[in-house]
Amino acid sequence: MMKIVGSVKQGFYFDSVTLMRVGRELTGLPGVAEASVVMGTEANKSILKMSDLLLPEFKKAGDQDLLVAIRAKDAKSAEAALQKAAELLTNKKKPATAGATVPAPRDMASAVAALAGANLALISVAGRYAAREARKALEQGLHVMLFSDNVSVEDEVSLKKLAHKKGLLVMGPDCGTAILNGVPLAFANVVPRGPIGVVGASGTGMQEVTCIIANEGSGITQAIGTGGRDVKDAVGGISFLDAMAALAECPHTKVILLVAKPPQPGVLKKVYSLIRRIPKPVVALFLGEGDRPATLEEAALLAVAHANGQDPAQALAHLTRRDAVLAAEARQLVANRRKPQGRYLRGLFSGGTFCAEAQVVLDGILRNVTSNAPLGDSRKLKNSWHPEKNAVIDLGEDEFTVGRAHPMIDFTLRNKMILEQAADPETAVILLDVVLGHGANPDPAAELAPVIRQAAKKVFVVCGVTGTIGDPQNRARVVETLRAAGAHVQLTNAAACKLAGLLVAEMARKPR
Amino acid sequence: MSIQTLFSSPLRVVNVGIESFKEACVQAGAEAVQVDWRPPVDVAPDAESILAKRQARIEKANQKVLDIIQAGTPKLVGLDIARNVIPGMTDNTILHAGPPITWDRMCGPMRGGIMAGLVYEGRASTIEEAEALAASGKIKYAPCHEHGAVGPMAGIITPSMPVMIIHNEKFGNRAFCTLNEGLGKVLRYGAFGAEVTQRLKWMENTLYPVLKAALAHTGPIDLKNMIAQALHMGDEVHNRNRAGTSLFYRAIAPAIVTTCENKEDATAVLNFINGNDHFFLNLSMPACKAVLDAARDVPGSSIAVVMCRNGTDFGVQLAGTGNLWFTAPAEVPDALYFAGFSKDDANPDIGDSAITETGGLGGFAIAAAPAIVQFVGGSAADALRYTHQMYEITAGESRMYQIPALDFRGTPTGIDVRKVVEKNIVPVIDTGVAHKQAGVGQVGAGIVNAPMGPFVKGYEALAKMLK
Repeated sequence: MMKIVGSVKQGFYFDSVTLMRVGRELTGLPGVAEASVVMGTEANKSILKMSDLLLPEFKKAGDQDLLVAIRAKDAKSAEAALQKAAELLTNKKKPATAGATVPAPRDMASAVAALAGANLALISVAGRYAAREARKALEQGLHVMLFSDNVSVEDEVSLKKLAHKKGLLVMGPDCGTAILNGVPLAFANVVPRGPIGVVGASGTGMQEVTCIIANEGSGITQAIGTGGRDVKDAVGGISFLDAMAALAECPHTKVILLVAKPPQPGVLKKVYSLIRRIPKPVVALFLGEGDRPATLEEAALLAVAHANGQDPAQALAHLTRRDAVLAAEARQLVANRRKPQGRYLRGLFSGGTFCAEAQVVLDGILRNVTSNAPLGDSRKLKNSWHPEKNAVIDLGEDEFTVGRAHPMIDFTLRNKMILEQAADPETAVILLDVVLGHGANPDPAAELAPVIRQAAKKVFVVCGVTGTIGDPQNRARVVETLRAAGAHVQLTNAAACKLAGLLVAEMARKPR
Repeated sequence: MSIQTLFSSPLRVVNVGIESFKEACVQAGAEAVQVDWRPPVDVAPDAESILAKRQARIEKANQKVLDIIQAGTPKLVGLDIARNVIPGMTDNTILHAGPPITWDRMCGPMRGGIMAGLVYEGRASTIEEAEALAASGKIKYAPCHEHGAVGPMAGIITPSMPVMIIHNEKFGNRAFCTLNEGLGKVLRYGAFGAEVTQRLKWMENTLYPVLKAALAHTGPIDLKNMIAQALHMGDEVHNRNRAGTSLFYRAIAPAIVTTCENKEDATAVLNFINGNDHFFLNLSMPACKAVLDAARDVPGSSIAVVMCRNGTDFGVQLAGTGNLWFTAPAEVPDALYFAGFSKDDANPDIGDSAITETGGLGGFAIAAAPAIVQFVGGSAADALRYTHQMYEITAGESRMYQIPALDFRGTPTGIDVRKVVEKNIVPVIDTGVAHKQAGVGQVGAGIVNAPMGPFVKGYEALAKMLK
């Protein structure tokens, strides 16, 4: 017994060629004897009538109504064909495949429509517009990385609360780096995947630990930035805690590594309380607070040791041995120097966390280190542009960046300051950070080498290079070029700071 | 998508801002799309947050408006004399294109059209007399749009002019439009003089009765269907109406031959339609008007139901803001000018014909009209780009009007003022350009941008209403 079914769609217009193609496709379906897909014109209706397909519900249909009629061997195949018809006709309504003529989407909603399965918005527009874009992204169900800074704390809190409610992550504002699912976001290095999950409220700090992890042969599951303000009580660590909880649940994350400048008490309490509930090793570095780990380098090595199932004490013992080598090197260098100049250290940093780590490392070696971004025992530098005695300067602070590109991209200002400091007879050592990876200066060695060459004639130049062998800048060539110019290069910032501090200490001991 | 799901899914990134960030994602094997981001337009404080808060309500209202637009069934049902059928038309009324305007602010072509209209009506015997009467305050000027009508260019409708009646069968409302005069010295470009009057008289005395009789014979003509076909034949029914005119000609010609006993008149009427590629414009416009008028007064809706220009101001009305007009100065189109003319000769944008764009046609459907893209200054790809861009600011896609070159995708339909303002994209209008002096006629054509001002005002007014 043949079964006839049909449907009427009001106000759908298709050209007859399209409809014939759909009809032919339906006729080819299993169990379908005949299929007709036509507009409900009188002429078409009389054709349907002749084939006994004019269902009662078709009689009232007009020119702009779409009629689908199926004759099949049983109800099941008939219904299946009807469903297929709906599907085919919907597909015909889909936008044409993207070509050169399709303009780029102009807002979040259009972008989400253009990229099926979009799950993260990376936002780097000017601060005053950034919160608006982030809100739109969250409303579209996207996780957000807010690279932009100058977003108000009110906006940050409301965005993070909204995200938390929706189970989404907001990284930032002022989140410079993240690596999600192996994809570097904004300023990030090429780091292999592995067992360590990183949460950081410090951009360069995260770059440093992820690079050390990579250089030690391990890797990361995720590196989640939160923006520095997240760990202040005003924001309450919403993203930091959400990220920790997510890594705690993540089956591939064996060890969790936390990096931040010290959170404010309320947040710190919540963080420690959460750490206690996580049944995985958690290594926490709050720079300037606590003594083990005290540096990014220690924290990263501890995390790697945990990940490899090694004794963490061994990892730290390795560092003690390394420091002895650096001390010997410093002695040798000072002894070999024919006309050593000055007795003070001048650190010129493009990364804020490196400047902070420098203060931690130098604390045990030199006295009275000042900084424009003082940490713990360091004192505030009187004039950021004219450092005196032992000073470390964060060139990413506002006094340097207003109206200028970030010092990690534009080296002009730092190059000028390197030469100024080298010309100061008080200066003995110039300490620099060189950050590689996506987003950073594409050829830092070429820009630094001429300046270093000149400075190294008078002072020791020590560079800490943060990068991995996978980074686009070619780390080996960078290191080689810097060394050829006369710099003493270390592959961690902590080691560079240590060497620089030891050199200054040696210089102080040297008889004049 | 929870954070945990994100960890186990391929990362797909929407990048808003620094483009190199996208490249790094792509290099690492992630899919990424770059947003062509621009700073939003400045609006009154709070307007955006109010509209965001009322989003659900607005969306619901917009869906209703869109449904009404989709369901509209504009049909040409008859012709009559303006004073008999246009609501509110009196012997002292003259309707004009665009938003409301007083005589002293009217542009040259509009004044010229009004003077020609007064002479045609027999209210003045010379152009000087007409000018004096026009300025005397005795004549009541009103926008066509406030009387269910539309008119191209100056859009002048005087009481004795024959108009076509378009009935939106589904919703019962009607729209009106004069008959297209053709090219040359014509009233809609502000021309006056014996030639203009004679043609108008011929239209009244010959064209009108012949067409009226023929239409009575054919019965209502389905304009929605005809526009849909015209789009498949290379029209966008604003600046190109050749296919639409041909389709109309095919529909009406046999009836004219059947019903018109005077062979000379029949021939003259057939030649007149056949010789005027824009005859169908005066049908596509009121068809859109009839459809959009049914969607007026839906509280909360942010969809435009009128975009029009009077040669001085550009005006917009929204479905959700009743009879309020939102205006800003009309801009001089940056169009392609015919040989011998330049931007200096051009009048600021004029005419009700932007009702086609408001209805998802014209510039919004220009991808359907590759034959005129050179005329509007570009390649076929440009036409596709214009239409693609308009999808960004519309609430939906037409179920009836389709673009072959986009795999029969429906035209972008229902301009959402929120999208216009928040994305900083103004509607494109595919229009003709009038000479600023009355009566010179068309001096160019092209794609012109609507000014942002009226949309910002509408946006703010809607926010105020929904506060």
